[in-house]
Amino acid sequence: MIDNVKILFHQGKQFIPDVTKATPPGIFRGRPIIHAGKINEQALIDLCPTDAISSSPIKIDLGKCTFCGECAVAFPDKIKFTTDYKIASNERERLVIKEGDDVPVTLNPDLIRKEITNYFSGSLKLRQVSAGGDNSCELELNACSNVNFDMGRFGIDFVASPRHADGIVITGPISENMAEPLQICYDAIPDPKIIILAGIDAISGGIFIGSPALNRSFLSKYKIDLYVPGNPIHPLTFINGVLDLIRKRN
Amino acid sequence: MTTIKNNQCIPLASIPVLEYEQFLDHNTTLLRENHNHCVNYYGFPYQGKIKLICCIANDKEGTIYVSSSSFPSSDEDKPGQRSFTKYNLSFETFEREIHENFGINYVDHPWLKPLRFPHDRADKNNTITNYPFFKIESEELHEVGVGPIHAGIIEPGHFRFICNGEQILHLEIQHGFQHRGIENLFLEKKKIVQRSTLAENITGDTVAGHTTAFVNVWEGLCGYKAEEDLQFSRTIALELERVAVHTGDLSGMCTDVAYQLGNSVFGRLRTPVINYFQTWCGNRLSKSLIRPGKNNFPFTNDLGEKLKNLFDKFEPDFDEMCEELFTLPTTLGRFEKTGIVTNEQAVSIGTVGMIAKTCGMERDIRKTHPHDLYPSFDHNPVVKRHGDVYSRAQIRRDEIKQSISYIRKMIQNIPSENKNRTPLSQPEVNSFCISLVEGWRGEICHCAITDEKGELMHYKIKDPSLHNWLALALAVRNNEISDFPICNKSFDLSYSGHDL
Repeated sequence: MIDNVKILFHQGKQFIPDVTKATPPGIFRGRPIIHAGKINEQALIDLCPTDAISSSPIKIDLGKCTFCGECAVAFPDKIKFTTDYKIASNERERLVIKEGDDVPVTLNPDLIRKEITNYFSGSLKLRQVSAGGDNSCELELNACSNVNFDMGRFGIDFVASPRHADGIVITGPISENMAEPLQICYDAIPDPKIIILAGIDAISGGIFIGSPALNRSFLSKYKIDLYVPGNPIHPLTFINGVLDLIRKRN
Repeated sequence: MTTIKNNQCIPLASIPVLEYEQFLDHNTTLLRENHNHCVNYYGFPYQGKIKLICCIANDKEGTIYVSSSSFPSSDEDKPGQRSFTKYNLSFETFEREIHENFGINYVDHPWLKPLRFPHDRADKNNTITNYPFFKIESEELHEVGVGPIHAGIIEPGHFRFICNGEQILHLEIQHGFQHRGIENLFLEKKKIVQRSTLAENITGDTVAGHTTAFVNVWEGLCGYKAEEDLQFSRTIALELERVAVHTGDLSGMCTDVAYQLGNSVFGRLRTPVINYFQTWCGNRLSKSLIRPGKNNFPFTNDLGEKLKNLFDKFEPDFDEMCEELFTLPTTLGRFEKTGIVTNEQAVSIGTVGMIAKTCGMERDIRKTHPHDLYPSFDHNPVVKRHGDVYSRAQIRRDEIKQSISYIRKMIQNIPSENKNRTPLSQPEVNSFCISLVEGWRGEICHCAITDEKGELMHYKIKDPSLHNWLALALAVRNNEISDFPICNKSFDLSYSGHDL
């Protein structure tokens, strides 16, 4: 008993007191800023592994970006990644950062269905489906509920059955072999329900775009309620995105 | 006979082409020696035939025997071939893959069960949804199906148990749900940064392991000798990844025996280690860190100092928690003699990595085929003998301590960044290169072949999980089904690494 108390005492305080204001350690690559100034645009575009960069004007699509930082290493004056981890949105177009943009990525309140605010603002139970996910977003989603990030304090939890869930969190580019299980799981969740795409593999296919082993038809059938960019997502990005989605708005 | 070293590049034409019977005889004879094991055996379409390449590692000499043969393409091959598996079970998954991909039939393979239902499989009528599971007819037995989607946040795979009451008689595991066609994407995506990104996404829990295997094979093809600072970064990343994942696994194992304190403490101890990766390269799982022929995030003296401070804080808390966990009767009661893999089983099915090492086998690439900075380590693998959950918990504790001691030693002497690196040249034409890396799970093997223009013609990935999933299926036999979660967690095998 004494040993247990000692262990507890030695841990100190591990939780992040305010996850909306936390500072990620080190060189976290969050929302990028693209500065004005002439560079070899084609060279910049060619650097990107997932074709996230497009030209005139230069844009970075956070739904495709792996946040590898190759572009910022090669063109440090042109592209800078800030530590702003609040990059989730419910509108796909808002994930595209244009040259000169330096405003936070936000949700479009008009696109948030009423029942989300009415039913889920105090409690949200989620079912996670990995559909070809590489276990990196899965690890980070697990980390959301650990003692550091402690997402459970907001009433947001992952549950073991779709019957208990209010929504689904999809990771991975959706492999052909997971297309049917994903559909069955979604159908088993009672209405009203939400869909969250976690990570760029789910949002755009990521590095797997164009693979014949994928079947992404599920995504064209339903409205997506939240896109959480990252490769993998950072727990702070996920928690802040979900909190913003379900919070009561006046 | 062609004998090469780890990461060595050789002309494809120098690999001896044997008649199939001779090929079978040669490779199965090699495996009669205990110090030889098969690291990769695969086929690919080549000049209208199915070319087979078999790589057998000699763990005593640190060499790899490479030989090849070919099958006529599938339709001409009606009666079927003799299998390697009949002589040595460790070829079992490899031949299932050859059968599934190319429709090659074997006359004496014990069970040509589909491996992963790839999109380009030979028989498209076989789908993952209509797969007939193994059945035992009896009024006393019942089946339990679990997955593909599991209760927690983990990757998909299907487990079909046949139980007698609470006792598991048989477990069949079906994979393939995670198949993304990654080997073909290596050929289609031509930029090096794309291929590095693919390697990072083979399985996101072994980013350093798989990416190191990719860069080593690529640099091998390009005739590039990585400088000490590159090798230093890769070695540190591999050992840090081991510390991070093992710590997370100890947390998960505590969860599965309902030990909340262990779950929380090991869980929070993993956080500073993965946060350190973020401090170093901007990603908690070390994505973007390892690249062929360069390093965007050089390891500085300041980073070394931070790492030392991290472990100075980590170790006392880790030791204290371990002491409690490994003396607590409630956890020991669940760990000890649960999910046993015998040494005989482990040897016969060709297990690698932690699972081999918990069954008394000293199978560790860091010792037998050292790469990067490992030749200077004088590495002695941690070996346990009981093959149960307890052994798998112990090996994690001991390997974490060992890795920390390696890292502490390494950061006393940090090589400075080479600012005048020779750029990577084009890969050699018509060549073959193999890379073995000891990831935290075990032996990772990447093989690449280039064509007459120096383009990648074939890329083959083998995750350690390919061998070890069968060990899990054997380990749970005669255990209570309620012990399956702790058994599964203690193996912590990869679904995406298996399905590719």
